[in-house]
Amino acid sequence: MGYLDGFLVTFKKWAGTRTDTGRRVTTQYPEEVRPKPERFHGRHVLNRYEDGMEKCIGCELCAGVCPARCIYVRGRDNDPADPTSPGERYGFVYEINYLRCIHCDLCVEACPTEAITETKLFEFAFTNRADAIYTKDELLVGDDGRPQQLPWENWDGGFDPAADTSGWMRATAPAGSAEFEGIVAWAGELGYGVRSPELGQHAPDPSDHDDGHGHDDHDAHGGHH
Amino acid sequence: MDPLLSGGIGLSEILIVLLKVVVAFAGLMVGVMAMVWFERKLVADMQNRIGPNRAGPFGILQTLADGIKLFFKEDLQPERSDPFVFKLAPYLALVPAFLVFTVIPIAGNFSDGQDGVVTLFGHETLMQVADPQMGILFVLAMSSVAVYGVMLAGWSSGSKYPLLGSVRASAQMVSYEAALGLSVATVLLFAGTLSTNGIVASQAGWRWNIWMTLLVPFVVFVIAATAELNRPPFDLVEAEQELVGGFHTEYSSIRFALFFLAEFMNTVTMSAVIVTLFLGGPSGPIPSGAPGWVQDFLLPLIYFFAKLLVFLFVFVWFRATLPRFRYDQLMDLGWKFLIPLALGWFLILTAIKVARDQGWNPVVAGAVAALAVVVGGLLLRSSIRAAEDKDFDAVDPADLDGAGA
Repeated sequence: MGYLDGFLVTFKKWAGTRTDTGRRVTTQYPEEVRPKPERFHGRHVLNRYEDGMEKCIGCELCAGVCPARCIYVRGRDNDPADPTSPGERYGFVYEINYLRCIHCDLCVEACPTEAITETKLFEFAFTNRADAIYTKDELLVGDDGRPQQLPWENWDGGFDPAADTSGWMRATAPAGSAEFEGIVAWAGELGYGVRSPELGQHAPDPSDHDDGHGHDDHDAHGGHH
Repeated sequence: MDPLLSGGIGLSEILIVLLKVVVAFAGLMVGVMAMVWFERKLVADMQNRIGPNRAGPFGILQTLADGIKLFFKEDLQPERSDPFVFKLAPYLALVPAFLVFTVIPIAGNFSDGQDGVVTLFGHETLMQVADPQMGILFVLAMSSVAVYGVMLAGWSSGSKYPLLGSVRASAQMVSYEAALGLSVATVLLFAGTLSTNGIVASQAGWRWNIWMTLLVPFVVFVIAATAELNRPPFDLVEAEQELVGGFHTEYSSIRFALFFLAEFMNTVTMSAVIVTLFLGGPSGPIPSGAPGWVQDFLLPLIYFFAKLLVFLFVFVWFRATLPRFRYDQLMDLGWKFLIPLALGWFLILTAIKVARDQGWNPVVAGAVAALAVVVGGLLLRSSIRAAEDKDFDAVDPADLDGAGA
């Protein structure tokens, strides 16, 4: 029937609402949460090593690469008696303005120490401009390596290392282990847990994995001192 | 004429008329709200979506929620607008939409040659607010007045998108009014009256105009009505992608709500007009043994709303299926196809009707008329072709060659 075929199509969609023809693609969002894509970009965290040291060395590469100019970093020399990070310097101011952030993940790519990574959390609607600027205290993970929940954030799903860490991959050693050099691997980006391999990847032998005490992390991928 | 008003007019007559007005208005408002919900749900189903489902069961209160929201929004008025006309325009769009509905018979027993007269509080009356003798002309007049609402809204906004939208609107509505009127003329030929009540009565006993006029005027009317309503695929008056919101771009708050209401009210009333003209309005099979209220009110109302629902569905179906026309396509369809078709069909049916009345052979008369129409159609076609060719001939390669040699 030529161009009248369209009427049949829409009619079938309507009549077949309960069948496969007219299957609805919409989900009822707040009640029904769709699984997030592997590489979803959400709010950032500043990671720490297992010994509690901050991974950020205040190098400002993230701020430099940020296309939205939403990151503000100031580095400062570590106190030799009580260092904040294992390196020479540490990030003493670290702020991300979420009114500007476009979640491009370039900061994560730029970071030499995996200090900044993204979670899959996107439900963090704030109601004033001050809340929009996440300070270092707010971004830093807790002693258990998990992000802090801020009052305006909706964490109904909780945080699950496999599900909520962003799928960002490095082509270098995730924790400074020489065995990982040149291998695409998956980091426990949030400072805890290890992501399960994605399609087409294989899990490395866990015995190869250096837990990464981290003191050599800023030292390229040079293995142990 | 309404038998209610044929005697003297006393207090009870006035009260009955007032009651009818209130009931018709309230019913139409509720109907419009239901229509908005119905349309959104149906389009959602046709597009594999869910549609409104938060406010009330199945989202049926969504329209109410939207209305309340719009009511409390800021009422903006552009600085360069014409204040009086800007405020007047929404009412010019809304009032005709309601007035059309007043002449639609929605109930009454039309079977077995009855004329739909019901008894209301001891008074004989018709189930329509008014039954003027020029009923269907009133419908056409009101749909012409509705053009002013759209046109003045766009003009008085003092803004370019609304102006473009209203220019399109006035051209479109005026063009399609012709096709609309010509297809109505065919119906009037069969009904022999302009009164809507008379038109419904003339279709009693399944002599519905949809097949009495051999379908063509019905199709023309539905297409022209869709264009007249500015509904998709003829919604280039509003054309979100080109004109933001068309004529109502600058309207906000309750004034916008009035336009929105008028649009959907027009859809409902136009469906009611189609039902009245072509599908016998509230008429249908009525068992003679049934009690009076079933014969006069229940069954006719059910028939009327069932028919109405079919057309509301069709209008939504159009919207979900057809992409918008381009402006020249719209004008081509209106002037070069629908108007000649409606006119030709009208001439053929007129010839047959006259032949019957005069005792001539209706087949011969119809064939002669058809021949005249075909000849006229061919002439029209060739003149259109000639007009189209003229543009292309302006730069004829052969001429250029001749000049070169």
